[in-house]
Parts: sequence; C-alpha cells; structure tokens
Amino acid sequence: MAESSPILTMTGISKEFPGVRALSEVDFRLFPGEVHALMGENGAGKSTLIKVLTGVYDIDQGDIALDGEPVRFASPLQAQHAGVSTLYQEINLCPNLSVAENIYIGREPRRFGRIQWSEIRKRADALLLERLDLNIDVSAALGSYSIAVQQMVAIGRAIDISAKVLILDEPTSSLDANEVQQLFRVMRQLKGEGIAILFVTHFLDQVYEVSDRITVLRNGRRVGEYATRDLPQLDLVSRMIGQELAALERLEEQPKRSLAALESTQPVVEAQELGRKGAIAPFSLTIHRGEVVGLAGLLGSGRTEVARLIFGADRADQGSLKIDGQPVTMRGPRNAMSRDIAFCSENRRTEGLIEELTVRENIILALQATRGWTRPIPRRRQEELVDKYIKVLRITPADPDIAVRNLSGGNQQKVLLARWLITEPRVLILDEPTRGIDVGAKAEIQRLVVELSDGGMAVLFISAELEEVLRLSHKIAVLRDRAMVTEMANDDTVDADRIMQTIASGADR
Amino acid sequence: MTAVIAATKHRIFWPAMILVLLLLSNLLLTPGFFSIELRDGHLYGSVIDILRFGAPLIMVAVGMTMVIATGGIDLSVGSVVAITGALACLRISELDDQNSVSGVLSAVMIALLLAVALGLWNGFLVAVIGLQPIIATLILMVAGRGLAQLITGGQIITINSSPYKLIGAGYWLTIPFSVILAAAVTALAVGLTRRSALGMLIESVGGNAEASRLAGIRSRRITVMVYVFAAFCAGVAGLMISSNVSSADGNNAGMWYELDAILAVVIGGTSLAGGRFTIGGTVIGALIIQTLTTTIYTMGVPPETTLLVKALVVTIVCLIQSPAFRAKVFGRSRHRPPPIAPAGPAPLEKAEVSAS
Repeated sequence: MAESSPILTMTGISKEFPGVRALSEVDFRLFPGEVHALMGENGAGKSTLIKVLTGVYDIDQGDIALDGEPVRFASPLQAQHAGVSTLYQEINLCPNLSVAENIYIGREPRRFGRIQWSEIRKRADALLLERLDLNIDVSAALGSYSIAVQQMVAIGRAIDISAKVLILDEPTSSLDANEVQQLFRVMRQLKGEGIAILFVTHFLDQVYEVSDRITVLRNGRRVGEYATRDLPQLDLVSRMIGQELAALERLEEQPKRSLAALESTQPVVEAQELGRKGAIAPFSLTIHRGEVVGLAGLLGSGRTEVARLIFGADRADQGSLKIDGQPVTMRGPRNAMSRDIAFCSENRRTEGLIEELTVRENIILALQATRGWTRPIPRRRQEELVDKYIKVLRITPADPDIAVRNLSGGNQQKVLLARWLITEPRVLILDEPTRGIDVGAKAEIQRLVVELSDGGMAVLFISAELEEVLRLSHKIAVLRDRAMVTEMANDDTVDADRIMQTIASGADR
Repeated sequence: MTAVIAATKHRIFWPAMILVLLLLSNLLLTPGFFSIELRDGHLYGSVIDILRFGAPLIMVAVGMTMVIATGGIDLSVGSVVAITGALACLRISELDDQNSVSGVLSAVMIALLLAVALGLWNGFLVAVIGLQPIIATLILMVAGRGLAQLITGGQIITINSSPYKLIGAGYWLTIPFSVILAAAVTALAVGLTRRSALGMLIESVGGNAEASRLAGIRSRRITVMVYVFAAFCAGVAGLMISSNVSSADGNNAGMWYELDAILAVVIGGTSLAGGRFTIGGTVIGALIIQTLTTTIYTMGVPPETTLLVKALVVTIVCLIQSPAFRAKVFGRSRHRPPPIAPAGPAPLEKAEVSAS
C-alpha cells in the first residue's frame, strides 16, 4: 500500500459522558483504498469514535480533517453529503419501499416537479449491477430480500450519494458464510475504486481476511495502529483485552479448593451437547456445588448464549440438560428458577432492571414472581430483605424507594444481583457482572463471588476480562466464534497468555 | 414552601388542580353549583349529577388503566358496553315478570359472564396469539357492534323493570346506586393491585416485558387478567347505562367510550407507554371529562359547537399535564422534562447492546 496522504485524520479526540470518559485523546487515520479494522472490546470506544466522526455526538476536544480540510459534522446527514457514510448493524432503510425508492429517497430525479419513476428504476438497476454486481428486481419491496441484499442496497445508496469513506459497523453479524463472502467481494471492489472503508467486527477471522490495517482501542484510548499482516492474532487479542491487574484490589491468595474434591460430587448442572442453531454450537459443561466455572472468549463468541440455554431464556434445540442428575427440558426462565437457577443478564437496562420501579421493587421482583401475585411478600419482610442486601452489597444511595434508573451502573448491577440472591439460588449465572462499573464495586462483586462459592453455590462466571476469570474460576471454558473450544482446570499451568492463545487460534496448545 | 413544591411533584397534583379549577369556574357561571339538597330521601345537585353520569366512564377508565399499564390498549370497551346492556335487557324482556329480582339477577350474571368471556378473547389474542393490542381489540370493537345488534335484533329493546332500574338510576341510602357501584369497583381495583403483588407485576411487565420474563414473571397470565378486568368493568358500565334509560341500543350505547376512557387515563397521569399507573389519577381524569361535559351544557354552548369547545379544553388540559410543556412555558427551574436519553454512560451502554 503506497503511503499516500490519508483521506481522514482524527487527532486528539476526547469525549466525555457524565461519569465516563469514553474517548481520551484518540488518534485515527484512514487512507483511500484501504480496509481498516477498528477493534476493541465492549466499551472500548469504537462506537463513540464512529459517532463523533459522523456528527451524532459533539467532540469535547480534538480535530477531524477530511481530505486535508478541517471538518466538524453537525449531523450524520451532513457527514454523508461530505462523503462519509455509515452503515449500522441494523439497516436504516424502509423495508416497505422498493429497492429503487430506498436508494433515491430524498433526492429523486424530477422533471417539472414530477418524480421520474422510470429513471429511478433505471439508475438503481445500473448502480447495483455495475458497482455491486447485484442483479435483482429493483421495483420489489426492500423487505422481501435477505438481510445481506438489504445491506448491499444500503451500500449502494451510500456510494451513490458520494462516498469517500464508508463505515461498516458490524455488517456481518447477521450474515451467513456465503453472504459474508459476497460482502467482502464488494468491499474489495470498492477498495479498488479508492474508497476508504472502516470496518468494525467482532469476528477475528474476518479481520484477517479482509482488512489491511488495524487500529485497536481499549478503555477509550488508542492502543496502536498496525498493518494487519504484522500483527499476529495473539497479539491482537492481548492488545484488545489488556492487563489491568494493578488497578484492581487483589483478592487474598487463598489456596483454591482442589478441583478434584469439587468434582467428586454429583454435578448440579450437566449439559450434554446442548446447542441452538444460529446461536451456539453444541457444548458440554458441568458445574458442581461450590464451583466457579469461568467462560472466557471475546464478545459474540457465544458466552451469553451458553448462559441463556442453561437458564431457559432461549430454548435449546439439541442436546440434553440435567439438573441434580435429573434430565430437564428448560421451557423458560420459570423452569430454571424452580430448580434454583438464577441469571444476571449482561444487559442490565434491556434484560435486567425495570428502570421506573424502585430499588425495593426491583430487588423483590424475582422472589415475588415465584410466589405468584396472590401471595405478596409482607411489607415488613420486604424491608428486611431489601435493607439486608443494601447493606451487604453496599448499595448507594441506601434508599430503597428511589427509582432504580437514578442509580449508577455499579449500584444497578448490585440491585440486579440482590434480586437473585434473595431467591437463594444454588446455581448463579453472572454474565459480565463487573462490566461498566468502577474498580471498587468490581472488587466487591468479585469478593462476593468467592464467598458465595465457599458457601456451596455453583457459579457460572462470564467476563471479558481474563484476569477476573482467572482469579475466580476453578475451571475455565473457552469460546470462540459461537462454539466452545476447550475446557481447562484453572491450575498453575493456566495463565492469561494461554487463554488468549486459545481464543486466537481456536485450540489449546 | 418545600411541602408545596413537593406536592406539585406528586403525579396526581396537576389533574387534581385542573379538576378543582373546572369546578370553581362552574361556581362563577352558576352560583348554586355546589349546593346539594335532599329531596324525597335522595341527594340532588350538580356535583351529584357529575358523579352519577360520570360513574360508567370511571368504571371503564379504571379497567383501561390496567390495560394501558401493561403497555396495551383496549378499543373494544365501548362495544362491550353495548353488548352487555343488550344481553341483560334481552333476558329481562323475555321474563314473565320483569320485576322478579331473581330473574334480573340471572340476566345481570349472564351479561357479566359474557363480558368476561369477551375479555378472555382479547387477552387470548394479545397474550397467546401475540397480536398488537390495538389491532386485537379493534376486532371486537367492530365485531362487537354487530354482536350487540344481533342480540337486540336491530331494534331498541325497552324494558320496564324496577330492580334493573336500580343499577343505573336508583338510590341507596340517599346516594345514587351507580356512584356506589363505581366506588366499589374502583376500590376492588385498588385492593386487587395494591394489596396483592399484582400492581407491581403489571407495572413490571409494562415497564420492560423482556426483563420481566427473565425475572420469572408469567406475563401472559397477567396480560389476560387485565383484559378480562377491563371487559368486566365495561360490562358493569353497560348495565348502568342501559338501566339508566331502561333500554338497550346496540348501535349507539357506549359509542366512543373507549376514547373517553383512554383520555381519562392519560389526563390522570398514566403513560400510554405502560409501566407506572395510578387509579386515583384515572378517577380524577374521568371526573374532569364529565365535569367538562356538564359545564358545557350549563354554559349553554350551542350544541353544534360543544365538541369543538370540549376538544379545545382537553387540548389545554393535556398540555398542562405535560411536564415538557410546563417546563417550556413556566420556566425550567422546577419542572424539568425527563431526560430524553437515560443519564450516565448511556451512549456506551447502547453501543454495547447493539453490538452484542
């Protein structure tokens, strides 16, 4: 790749949200005719960077230059007219309109004020065929085509408006393998035409297949910019995940109870070839009393899907699940709850808390649900339970009657945890319980996990932070690309490097 | 002073304020507005009239509140009003002795059973089939009119039954019986939701359906229950209305009731988006609408402009209710509009959700 001058440079970009510094002094550049992958774990700042570039958010600090000219877009529309088009994971087009209408909506060719429909169809047909190699009926409704085709149409619209820079935010997450190849073909062709493509994905293989250059972000900072061929997968993974040991309060190194002793008892949860098409390939996993099983893997690797199948949030379509040695079919969360399984979802806002209800109501919700509506928990008992957990988990403010939406992320997480702890579960599934919360709360939650497992609870612990998984787990299962790759006892031979290697290569040494 | 500010923050402060203002403006128009007198052992007066004529709307609106709290809506209540009135009147008209208490009771029971069955149907369409509430209940809204006309045979059924007349037009212990009935059903609704855990579970389902499912709430069952309760309330209102005029009109009884009821719920401070609900607010909302109607009549507004005047006042009431509007007009210091995006690191969180 010739070192021509970059089409886009972002320098010293900072962006702060109340309480969170989403980007600090990030530099980024993009050259014409390259596919540039933007990599990072959740909350690393990828989406924020894209949004400040395209004018969704204001910038607190920093400069953007397009074609050498300083720019600052006030809206995505303005960015698009300047040649910076963004395609999000969800397609922002109108499925009920025809393909041709979608491409030309808002800028229809007119003559004497009348829209020229035949001209629209003709141009749309030519555009898709010539530049995207897509031969479809452009007068059919967009919604009648597959997601992949819809995405192509969105790309077609973007490049027709004028694209110097095309941003693809997770375009492949809902495509199958053939469709991904089709998309990559188009990306390569557009690259050949000199368009700069910014590509965000969680699939490592795709990064190596299609990208020329990689920028890695972590915790709102730029870790570095690398040529793809010079950065082995292992290095990429370790740069994405990082090692934040120092910041965290270390748990006292207590001798871990031996795995052999734990595993001598009958497993509480025993999944055999459990799986669900399109979500997670069949996996086998056992969890024993008092055992912490960690799930490691990048985002989208299938960690959450494993948890959801065991809890019955999704139904498995293959394999079997035994609880206490009894075969069960999980039809829904209630089935799991009646067997004392609890699940703290990673999406606190959408799948966890009821934001407008109070702290007290949110905490008693699951317990009340198991009792049914006719047997309300007496007010005094509610207050006892809620006060106890507000104290134990140090929820602040310690006011049970404020709406939970007014709490900080860490305290919301504790409320969710309290909801499940008062149901006295024997199996606790924690999906990213420490994400997006401050270091202090993080250490408290980790300490709690140790205490609970010492008390005999079986814990399935999911986290993107390897250090955390390593510190807490007796056994670690590694996932990659929606399949469980391997399972290892967390003994002296296991460290972050070995897990990263497994994530990167898909096999344990 | 702080107590006053705290009071203005209460969710039914503004609806209550509006009702008081409406009533006071009536006092200016008709000096004897608040006077209540006892005639033949019955209470009479404009305020009593508002309560008496408002009773059916209060009932329907209370049922509607619960449906709206789950994030749904029930457009069929007006038709249910017509159906139950028609069925009860038909059964009574077929009695040998229309004054037989047992005959009237059985007619009332059958009519209410039918209302409950219709509620089950709505609940089934919404919770089991998964139709959008507005579409699911639109079916019964339209088909229900036909059903009511089928029952009445396209005629207006008139009856002459003094036990049945008690429901809508009678008095008990000097108080109009319909007011007692409305109060009883409202009390039942409050008791059912606030003394048990039902209210919280309804708010939870309306607030976030997926999170509620993952917390183990049987949201289907709760959804069915609220539609059944709404239909039951509409059924009682249907009895009241047909009893008040001793006749059943399948075509016009309960016409546009669903819209008045929805309006009452919204004016009362329950969000159409679902979640937190307030039955007290809804009762006030229904009374506001009824007071407005009464006021327009006593003011002597020409009949052809009544709807326009009503629309104007309702628009003003809704604007005053809206925190965003109040903030714009009366300054932003005290009543801040709710933030459009959740506070804190919301943008990050959103990005994570869309990425996973």
